[in-house]
Parts: sequence; C-alpha cells; structure tokens
Amino acid sequence: MLVIRNLDVYYDKLYTLKKVSLHVKQGEIVTLIGSNGAGKTTLLNAISGLIRPAGGSILFNDEEILGKTPESIVKMGISQVPEGRLIFKTLTVEENLLLGAYSYYSIKRKREVKEEMEKIYKLLPVLKHRKKQLAGTLSGGEQQMLAIGRALMAKPKLLLLDEPSMGLAPTVIHEIFKYIVELKNLFRLTVLLVEQNARSALKISNRGYVIETGRIINEGSAEDLLLNRDIQRAYLGRDLDSEVKI
Amino acid sequence: MTLLLQFIFSGLTTGSVYALVGIGFNIVYNSTSIINLAQGEFVVIGGLMMWFFFVGLKLPFLVSFTLTLAVAGLVGFLMERLTIRPLIKKGDLLLMIMVTIAVSILIRGLLMFKFGKDPYTYPPFTVGEPIVFLGAVISQQTLWVIGITCICIAILYLFFNKTMTGRAMKACSLDIKAARLMGINVSQIVMLSFIISAVIGAVGGIAITPISLMEYDKGAMLSVKGFCAAIMGGLGRGRGAVVGGFTLGILESLTAGYIHSGLKDAVALFIMLFILFLRPAGIFGRSEIMRLRKF
Ligand SMILES: Nc1ncnc2c1ncn2[C@@H]1O[C@H](COP(=O)(O)OP(=O)(O)O)[C@@H](O)[C@H]1O
Ligand SMILES: [Mg+2]
Repeated sequence: MLVIRNLDVYYDKLYTLKKVSLHVKQGEIVTLIGSNGAGKTTLLNAISGLIRPAGGSILFNDEEILGKTPESIVKMGISQVPEGRLIFKTLTVEENLLLGAYSYYSIKRKREVKEEMEKIYKLLPVLKHRKKQLAGTLSGGEQQMLAIGRALMAKPKLLLLDEPSMGLAPTVIHEIFKYIVELKNLFRLTVLLVEQNARSALKISNRGYVIETGRIINEGSAEDLLLNRDIQRAYLGRDLDSEVKI
Repeated sequence: MTLLLQFIFSGLTTGSVYALVGIGFNIVYNSTSIINLAQGEFVVIGGLMMWFFFVGLKLPFLVSFTLTLAVAGLVGFLMERLTIRPLIKKGDLLLMIMVTIAVSILIRGLLMFKFGKDPYTYPPFTVGEPIVFLGAVISQQTLWVIGITCICIAILYLFFNKTMTGRAMKACSLDIKAARLMGINVSQIVMLSFIISAVIGAVGGIAITPISLMEYDKGAMLSVKGFCAAIMGGLGRGRGAVVGGFTLGILESLTAGYIHSGLKDAVALFIMLFILFLRPAGIFGRSEIMRLRKF
C-alpha cells in the first residue's frame, strides 16, 4: 500500500533522512522505532507532503505522491495524527472533528460528515460527552483520542501516528494502544506507527523498522524485533548481558 | 448629561470605523502573524470609490456599494498575491510588514493621482430628521454607521463559527501544521483573510464618508487608530478589537469635547505607549495568549 524507496531529506544542509526505504502492506500495523531526533517525524511529514524530500520515491497504492500537496495527499486517503497531538485547543471538540472532514466537506456531503462523526462518537464516547467543551480542557489521553478521531474524520485508508503515547501515563498509554487496534479493525485501516515506546508499539504491530540518525538499521517481524538483543538494549530498557541468569 | 451623550454617540461612530479596521488587523494577523499597515487604506478606498461610482458615475446606490466592495476586495487580493505570497515562504515577518507600508504608500499615491487632494463626500444613506434621544441629536447616518458595523460583526461571527471556511481560518491561526494536515490550503486562507479585511475596511469607509468626509491621505491615521483598537483588545482577538475600537472612539470624542480637540489624535498614541510599556497583551486581552504568540 505504501512503498518508500531511497528517500533523502535535507533541512537546509543537514542530511536528515538517508536513503530510507520501507513499506506497509494493506491491513498491517507497522511500527517505526527510534530515539529522539532519529528522523521519525521527518519521515511522516515527508509522507504527508509537509516537507519536500530531495530524492527517492513514495508510492501510495502504486501512485507517486512525492511532490503532491498535503491537501491532495489527505484527499487520497493518508491522514496523520501529528506529534504532540496539535489539536485546536480553543475550538470545541466538535469543531475539531468537523475540521478533520475538511478535505471532502461540502454542503452536499454534510450528511456524510455527520454520519462519520456519529461513528466516531460511538467508538469514543468521551468525545461525545464533551463535544461542546473546548478541546484544551480535555485530559492528555482524551486529547490524543480527539486527535485520532479528527484524523479518522478524513476517512483515511492509511493512518500515520506520531508518538501517540507521548506524555501520557502508562495506564492511558495501554488504553490508547488498545483503541488503535480496535479502530484499525473497525475502519479497516492500515497503520504506520512511530514510537519511542517500543515495547507497547511492537506488541500491537505486525512488523517494525528501527531508525537511527536518519537511517533504517533494522527491520523484521514484531516478534523478532522484540527478541532482538540490540533492540532490547537500545529501546526496550533491558540489557541481557548484564542480567544475571538464575 | 446631554452633552456627554452627544459625545458618546459621536465616539461610537468613529469608533465603529476603528473597530472595523481593528478587526481587519486581527484577521490578517491571525492567519499570517503579519501586521498589515495598509489596513487603513481600505477605508479610504471604500469612501472614495463609493463617491466615484455613486456620485461620479451616478450608479444606483446598491450597485455602487457592491462595486466598491469588489474593488476593495480586488485590491486586497492583489496585495496578497503580489507582495505577501512571494515572501511568506521566507517567513521574514519584519520584511513583510515593511512591504505592507510600501503598499500603503502606493495605494495613497494612486488615490491622489485619481482623486487629488480634495475631501470627498456624498449624501447620507437616508434623508430625514435627526433623532433626538435624551436631548442628544443623532443623525440618521450615525445610526447607519453603527448599525452596519454591528451587521458586519454579526456576519463575521457567523462566518467564523458556522461555516467550514471560517473554521478553517481559525484553524490556521491556531496551528498551521495541524491545519495543513486537515487538508486546508493555507495559502488560500491567507488570501481570503486579506480580501475579507479589505472588504470590511471598505464598508467602514463607505458608511463614514457622509459624516466625516474622505481624503486620499486619511489611511495612515486610520491604520494607527485601528491598530490601537486591535491591541487594546489583545492582538488577534476579534471581540477585543470591537470593544477597543468603540472605547477608543469614545475616549477621543470625550478628549476633544472636554479637553481640547487638538489632543484627539494623541489619545491613540498615549494608549499605545501605555500598552506597550505596561500591558503588552492589551488592556482587555489575556496575557497567556500573548505568550503563545510568535511575537
Ligand atoms: N524544521 C527543522 N529544521 C531543521 N532541522 C530539523 C527540523 N525538524 C527536525 N530537524 C532535525 O532533524 C532531525 C530529525 O528530527 P525528527 O524527525 O523530529 O526526529 P524524531 O521525530 O525522530 O524525534 C533532528 O536532528 C532535528 O534536530
Ligand atoms: Mg518526532
């Protein structure tokens, strides 16, 4: 569904993504793990068309999307839940969701937007109860739900999630990941998930990639990555060599 | 008491125009963080073009009104496409603000070329006896100015809260990245903000000209007053500019009436200095919002 080949991104002269290649198949959840500054957000922004890569290719359903505007990429069915959620804090929950449907909204399709919103309210009842409330008054977890709901309002086929667990308490993180799986099944989504919280992310994923300073250094099935020693040491907070066997 | 009321009404009249200019500042500021110092010129364009269509070409009132707004909107559109759009990618706010000054000088020059230096006016919208309210004499045009301003504010309120385009404009002012991820074409929104602010400035100009006459060079002072109204309410806050505009109008009129008419124009400058030194978030603004802004 999504095939990225040899993607190069520069910020001015700073070589940030170096020949990144990865793919996501229909119906998969794929996780990209990497520490701070590795280039995860940059990759998602390149897919969404927010930044212009210097080279490479990004195919979405066999169509080249590199060089397209963010508007047309959203219309094609790629929605991003950005890092830090970036909900519109001084707008109401409902207005946030409506804006999610901006890409296809018209007077004629008002009904469709309404139906989509009801669908999301049904799955995320917290949002329904607070629809008239300003989005900034929601808790961190609720704001993340809203950000995901807003992205789903665009009726995406591929959902890009940038560190959805950032700044949330462990119990809330657990819940968010549970919702991601649920939503993925209900909306028949394909998901590219970016995380530093590697363990929780890999647990719900089919496959994963590891990115370090702009380069993909490892890839494999989620199980393999979870068991990989280097990855455990670097990203799962576990150092097997120093653990004493009993 | 009667005199006070008289001053207040005259203050509300000029205050209406300040409020409209102030709202224009806010709309452009919200979508771009630019202070458009050509904002006052649109009021002048409104007054003079209305004269041109209505008196000069003797077109019917509503046709002239519509054409005037169209001209103002077109100028706003051209200004954005020709000067702001090529620069906005660089993100140099100071440069863009200076460019708006250049545009204002250009507009003033063109207006002088076409209209000369004489003041222009045309008859009030409706003829008839002024209304006497608690002893104060209020001309019908005064009511038109205040009424039209209120209608503008109501329309803008509905636009920003009930239409998708209005919401998209708010979204752009809150978070550009998120707005783009929603599929909002930010460049179009910026263009729209220039058009809308030009049109509402022109509405103010059309309404006020029968009362206070219009000359080619009034724009600079109107920009200052409108900017003052906008920062009184906290830059970027729509309702703030309305309150700020009316307050400034009334303060000016009281100063002119009770102290000295020569001090009238100094009021705005005093208020601005006061705000800049003591309360950069505006008199009616909240300071947290200011801290979130880029400058
Ligand atoms: N807008 C930008 N301009 C310049 N450098 C940037 C910009 N955004 C990110 N970077 C740099 O690019 C690298 C990758 O950043 P990012 O993609 O945000 O990493 P991650 O999301 O993995 O934490 C970092 O070194 C960061 O400093
Ligand atoms: Mg990041």
